[in-house]
Amino acid sequence: MAAKKLGLKQRYALMTRGLDWETTYQPMDEVFPFDKFEGIKITDWSKWEDPFRLTMDNYWKFQAEKERKLYAVLDSFAQNNGQMGVSDAKYVNAIKLFLTGVSPLEYQAHRGFAHAGRHLRGVGPRVAAQMQSLDELRHVQTQVHTISQYNKYFDGFAEFRHMHDRVWYLSVPKSFFDDARSAGPFEYMVAIGFAFEYVLTNLLFVPFMSGAAYNGDMATVTFGFSAQSDESRHMTLGIEVIKFLLEQHPDNLPIVQKWVDKWFWRGHRVLGLVAMMMDYMLPKKVMSWKEAWEIYFTEAGGALFQDLERYGLRVPKYADVATAEAEHMSHQNWSIFYQYTHAAGFHTWLPSDEEMDWLSEKYPNTFDKYYRPRYEMWREMEKDGKRFYNNALPQLCTTCQIPMGYTEPGDPTTIAFRSSEYKGDRYHFCSDGCKDIFDNEPEKFSQSWLPVHQIFQGNCGGATVPDVLAWYNMNVGADNMDQAGSPDQKIWDAWKTKQEKVAG
Amino acid sequence: MVQIASITFQNTDEARPIIEAVKADNPGLRVMDMPGAVKLDRDDSIVIRRESVEERIGRDWDPQELHLVLVSMAGNVDEDDDTFTLSWSHA
Amino acid sequence: MGVVSLKPDYEQHIEIRDRLENFHGNQIVYLHWEEHLSFCAAICFPLPPDMPFGAMVENVLKPHYAAHPDFEKVDWAAVKWTVDNTEITPDMETSLADNGVGHKSLIRFWTPGLHGYKSVGTC
Repeated sequence: MAAKKLGLKQRYALMTRGLDWETTYQPMDEVFPFDKFEGIKITDWSKWEDPFRLTMDNYWKFQAEKERKLYAVLDSFAQNNGQMGVSDAKYVNAIKLFLTGVSPLEYQAHRGFAHAGRHLRGVGPRVAAQMQSLDELRHVQTQVHTISQYNKYFDGFAEFRHMHDRVWYLSVPKSFFDDARSAGPFEYMVAIGFAFEYVLTNLLFVPFMSGAAYNGDMATVTFGFSAQSDESRHMTLGIEVIKFLLEQHPDNLPIVQKWVDKWFWRGHRVLGLVAMMMDYMLPKKVMSWKEAWEIYFTEAGGALFQDLERYGLRVPKYADVATAEAEHMSHQNWSIFYQYTHAAGFHTWLPSDEEMDWLSEKYPNTFDKYYRPRYEMWREMEKDGKRFYNNALPQLCTTCQIPMGYTEPGDPTTIAFRSSEYKGDRYHFCSDGCKDIFDNEPEKFSQSWLPVHQIFQGNCGGATVPDVLAWYNMNVGADNMDQAGSPDQKIWDAWKTKQEKVAG
Repeated sequence: MVQIASITFQNTDEARPIIEAVKADNPGLRVMDMPGAVKLDRDDSIVIRRESVEERIGRDWDPQELHLVLVSMAGNVDEDDDTFTLSWSHA
Repeated sequence: MGVVSLKPDYEQHIEIRDRLENFHGNQIVYLHWEEHLSFCAAICFPLPPDMPFGAMVENVLKPHYAAHPDFEKVDWAAVKWTVDNTEITPDMETSLADNGVGHKSLIRFWTPGLHGYKSVGTC
């Protein structure tokens, strides 16, 4: 009689359990030196439950299938000159910001999960972290392939790797991941696996990839949705980490809560870049940042934290502030980039009348009152030949490293200034959330590499803006400044003129 | 507050029979069409049944094939050979 | 020590990056014109601590805010100043240090009657 086929749960147990052993030549604590110092108490690693019972053999099978499809589409995009079919040349700037700001984080995530997978001593989380590490490597590879296609035609992509370590606004996502990767393995898993992947990643990928689909960018839709197909597995890993830690020992709750508070706020700040991409940089818009926040944080996050209440975990501190900021964040961020367009690796512009009307409709409480007048003023200045640039360098938040452009909760006319003292020095923050993070770990954040201060210390190529831009490897006059008059716009206009001629 | 279970699929030929099966098996399902993707929401839980998908595609289907077309989801996962369930309730 | 670290003496090994001595004799000073948020954030300068407050206003502050349409309407005698959230009446002749401006101090100023474009307070 043929052996009866095993059920999924049995197969998964056989393929993932009993693979490890107690070491004898060396004590376990020396083989796994990093999984105790954070204060997390684990009594039984075998209680780890992976809700996606994906075994390694199936993992390879599915990932290979995803890769075959993805590269077929990327190849077809290149063969068919897909870059000419996007909605507008402006759209390409959103992709520049994504590929220079986010893609290197995929690589950081790959390294981070490889580290966590090595240093957690339970076999369940190690298998899951190993799979995620491979996924993240796959993601960065697919995104670099996309960069290579766009880089043939448009500026701003060529030095993405060099720029990630140097350019002022790219220090925001870079320092976010540096912070996570220099923490212990449990904090890393909560930071990236839970707070970023579970609570916030939908806001990064879903509306934005849908936006790419709407704007004719087949390459980005493809890498985006292919990455996102791994994301559901990452999300379940993230939530499993939380449940496992909270079920293992009651002493873990305050530690986990502190991490959830910290990493929710850190993630919220980083995603401000996406807010601006959605509201300002997509020529055809799918939904506003505020709408995305309502769906993916208020509604989905609400259900999640209601579920986690049974462990005593509460909604992240300052979630209410973040929700209130959804009315302002994209406008404040776009204003930052508009006035520092000379130092940015993508182009900017003022929203058209039609776009401003869309923003009024999506932000009825704030846009017309606080932000439309600002754009109208700048438009008048442009007409008078006095396009507005900020020729000084901005004060940066010590924690998130973003220019301190966010306003007081409840008062959009006053910048929020917060500060702390540590060892006789003053440190500045954009918000209570960022101040709390510093106050909890001043030893760590007093080491922040703040781009503006580094320039003044003489560590960034020289004292003038051209010196610093040269040190960034920025191709001045091509990578930076307004969309209007850029080489990108010229090549786009030439394509469109040709197409019209052919169409007769 | 009602907890919403949710699953988002790519809007592709491969995913459409699965989306149809979910619609048929989950009364009260709400559908949000986005460019390139479809988000399905339902109060408390959503279930995907192997048999319902197989009826629509005319071949054997392993619920783990979901991995090829999934975009996102919300709810606790329970998966076996015949069903894939997202739910906020605790048995 | 707040940070939870692998090594108990972590604090002994940190490099505080923005110490005064790293700025070649200058100190960092932030300036911010209230209710004129077309300047998106306070602006940052490395300045000698013995620079007179008046020289800072004339040579640093004014040139950088001159692009704003309100700038030429400013009544400089009426300006309200704070340094690190303390109200001051600056002595323009004496140094930044004498006026209480230290390393990484924040100087905010209000220009009575001027609230930016269309007086909405955000431009």
